[in-house]
Amino acid sequence: MHGDGVFFQAFVYLAAAVLSVPLAKRLGLGSVLGYLIAGAAIGPHVLGLVGAEGEDVMHFAEFGVVMMLFLIGLELEPRRLWRLRGPILGLGGLQVVVTALALAGIALAVGQPWRVALTIGLVLSLSSTAMVLQTLAEKQLMKTDAGQSSFSVLLFQDIAVIPMLALLPLLAAPGTGHGADGHDAAHAASALETWLAGLPPWGKTLVVLGAVALVIAAGRFLTRPLFRIIAGTHLRELFTATALLLVIGIALLMTAVGVSPALGTFLAGVVLAGSEYRHELEAEIEPFKGLLLGLFFISVGASVDFPLIAGAPGMVAGIVVGLVGVKLLILLALAWIFRMSLDQGLLFAFALAQGGEFAFVLISFALQNEILGVAVSAPLIAAVAVSMATTPLLLVLAERFVLPRLGTRESEQAADTIDEENAVIIAGFSGFGNTVGRLLRAQGVEATVLDHDSDRVDLVRSLGLKVFYGDATRVDLLHAAGADSARLLVAALDEPADNLRLVEAARKHFPQLEILCRARDRADAYDLLELGVDHVYREHLDTALRVGVDALRLLGRRAYQSTRAAHAFRCHDEDALLELARMRGDRRRYISVARERIRLLESSLRAETALDAEERDAGWDVESLQREFGGDQAV
Amino acid sequence: MSSQPPSSQPSSSPDDSSHPARRVLVLFAHPALEKSRVNRRLLSAVRDLRGVTVHDLYEAYPFFDIHVEREQELLAAHDVVVLQHPFFWYSTPALVKEWLDLVLEHGWAYGSEGTALRGKLLLSAISTGGREDAYCAEGVNRFTIRQLLAPIEQTARLCGMDYLPPFVVHGALGMISETLERHAHDYRRLLEDLRDGRCHLDAARDWPRLNADLERLRTGARTGGDDAR
Repeated sequence: MHGDGVFFQAFVYLAAAVLSVPLAKRLGLGSVLGYLIAGAAIGPHVLGLVGAEGEDVMHFAEFGVVMMLFLIGLELEPRRLWRLRGPILGLGGLQVVVTALALAGIALAVGQPWRVALTIGLVLSLSSTAMVLQTLAEKQLMKTDAGQSSFSVLLFQDIAVIPMLALLPLLAAPGTGHGADGHDAAHAASALETWLAGLPPWGKTLVVLGAVALVIAAGRFLTRPLFRIIAGTHLRELFTATALLLVIGIALLMTAVGVSPALGTFLAGVVLAGSEYRHELEAEIEPFKGLLLGLFFISVGASVDFPLIAGAPGMVAGIVVGLVGVKLLILLALAWIFRMSLDQGLLFAFALAQGGEFAFVLISFALQNEILGVAVSAPLIAAVAVSMATTPLLLVLAERFVLPRLGTRESEQAADTIDEENAVIIAGFSGFGNTVGRLLRAQGVEATVLDHDSDRVDLVRSLGLKVFYGDATRVDLLHAAGADSARLLVAALDEPADNLRLVEAARKHFPQLEILCRARDRADAYDLLELGVDHVYREHLDTALRVGVDALRLLGRRAYQSTRAAHAFRCHDEDALLELARMRGDRRRYISVARERIRLLESSLRAETALDAEERDAGWDVESLQREFGGDQAV
Repeated sequence: MSSQPPSSQPSSSPDDSSHPARRVLVLFAHPALEKSRVNRRLLSAVRDLRGVTVHDLYEAYPFFDIHVEREQELLAAHDVVVLQHPFFWYSTPALVKEWLDLVLEHGWAYGSEGTALRGKLLLSAISTGGREDAYCAEGVNRFTIRQLLAPIEQTARLCGMDYLPPFVVHGALGMISETLERHAHDYRRLLEDLRDGRCHLDAARDWPRLNADLERLRTGARTGGDDAR
């Protein structure tokens, strides 16, 4: 320890992040590289602010990866997974198989036994989901062809880790012992581990598969009722706690059976992707993920073993160059086979040409199972860490020097078909919002619905509508609901103050959204108009006018005239609203809100007395005709 | 849902029990009936007639959301269709056009399978501001009423309906009450006669208007209506 316990460490990590990440972003290097540099700087070999415990921190920070995979899983509704099946299986499958074989071949060529060579190939074929997705998202490249293809490949890799973990024990040289050191195992699970250690390889595989099945079953049948109860308490922190509990619980279980917790949570994520609580879960886990992922990148930076690299620079550099080079070539070939455009293909290849964080997990696992020795694993880990650090650099290079020459801009949007988010978000699904939603749905327009009432969410969901539980005024939840890519936001929350907050947030963070907002009365409407909302709907206006029309009809007035009168009244009222909003100007003139309301009512009443039905529809009037052509006459 | 005031439903008079020879449907259209004098009086003259259904289109469809199926059922249930409206700009009020466009569907009203209206009678009952002598080649309106009503006549023809000379009230502007009462009486009598099959329609084929001589329409004397009045 170089300091006084946890707080000092936390201070060092946070300070490093806060100092270096904005700097790196400023230099156009992206946050990931910033974190890595920060980690290297505070690591044992530079400033030495953190030392051997960096390893522990890394194990802790791996939890950021766990959470990220949970979130990735949450994004992957089975439906979307199905739509991406082509790129995932084709592109992803080919990438993993070809890369693994090529790298294994090279390892074999430099004299490794085939078991070791195959393990190395498998381990290094994976790319870094954390690095790539974070970087691509930061550069707003996720929706490009390259971004979607990268995502597909990463997804296949993430899935491929499951069979790899099941497969690795089978690769253990026969006759070797099983000296698992339980690198990040939970203590509580030690009895289980001892039992596991006694199992033959196929038994281990079975246990792994059983644990996976358990996660899927529990995710499907247990979590929904649990979340319903929790949501019913209306305590937000309890929801946060439950979300964390879920992720940590799965991680523990998976660790106990010797599987990467990341995979377990990823699976749980996929299982919960169809859940109405998905967006809320996302919003709860996201900040933890962000922080922990940052911590993870810092520890990767800190764990780069500079003495080892210095001791054998040729070997590590050789592995890095070989790894990145082979991956680049294979990815480029795949991009060509799958007919990506040249610039997108390059972006795709540059993005994925590194080792991934799963490599750390798999290497530890292989160590445990004595497939790899430390002599092989140490340089591998160093090389993977270095290769990960090259990713943001490679992307910066690609962006700065390669792509401009090809005359392509990064911001080009990919085809709409990839974009799975709905174009309309409806916030608030009480009578108001649900009428809007039902009308749109009847016209074949699906909307993403956010509502904060868990009972209503359950009910509406059981009717087959896509409703998510959550507080729509939160920016993170809006983000999760796809406010980035949506076109319309219908703000239909019950409380005017909530709608106001929602509109403010939406205008600030999602300026492309066109907002249609419910207002309670004229004063609300003014507030919204002042915020620059073009589409403001006073909730009682149309209903009250219909009552007026029916009252007129029951008094014997003509339906058509009454209807037209109401329509004219509404147009006039809307015009007057806009006019008064313009004139309102300085709000401080009004002593109180109540005074203001009275004043508004007064001015509208005055204005309406001038609204004479006789002024309209003069085309149906005969008076002037009578004056000119009339005159008494018998026909 | 708010309950609609009852007047939007087609109304037929209560004593329908004895079956008249023909059932009459008056499709009435006036966008501003409260400003009307002639049409309102004409309508009130036939409203209570047995075997006559009055369907007030602007009252039923203030939003122009015409219920096609219901309209077709109404048409199918009647033998004589009367289009009563003011003659706005040589044509019908807007809702009647919408009604024709939507209700007279291909395959129902016309076309090889559209036989629903075949053999029914169609009568235009209109009021004009101008006097009758304004509707001729030499008058300000340059065309006769029958010429101007050609679109309706052809519509009826295409639907296989029997198009009658129109019932026309000319000079509706500033009409004195006695004249209006006579027209109201004539209108009522014409609809009664049509209902009861008392009209010799063949004799009146070429008349400029059916109400030129209601007496001769009854007797069927074969003289043109030109000298009728």
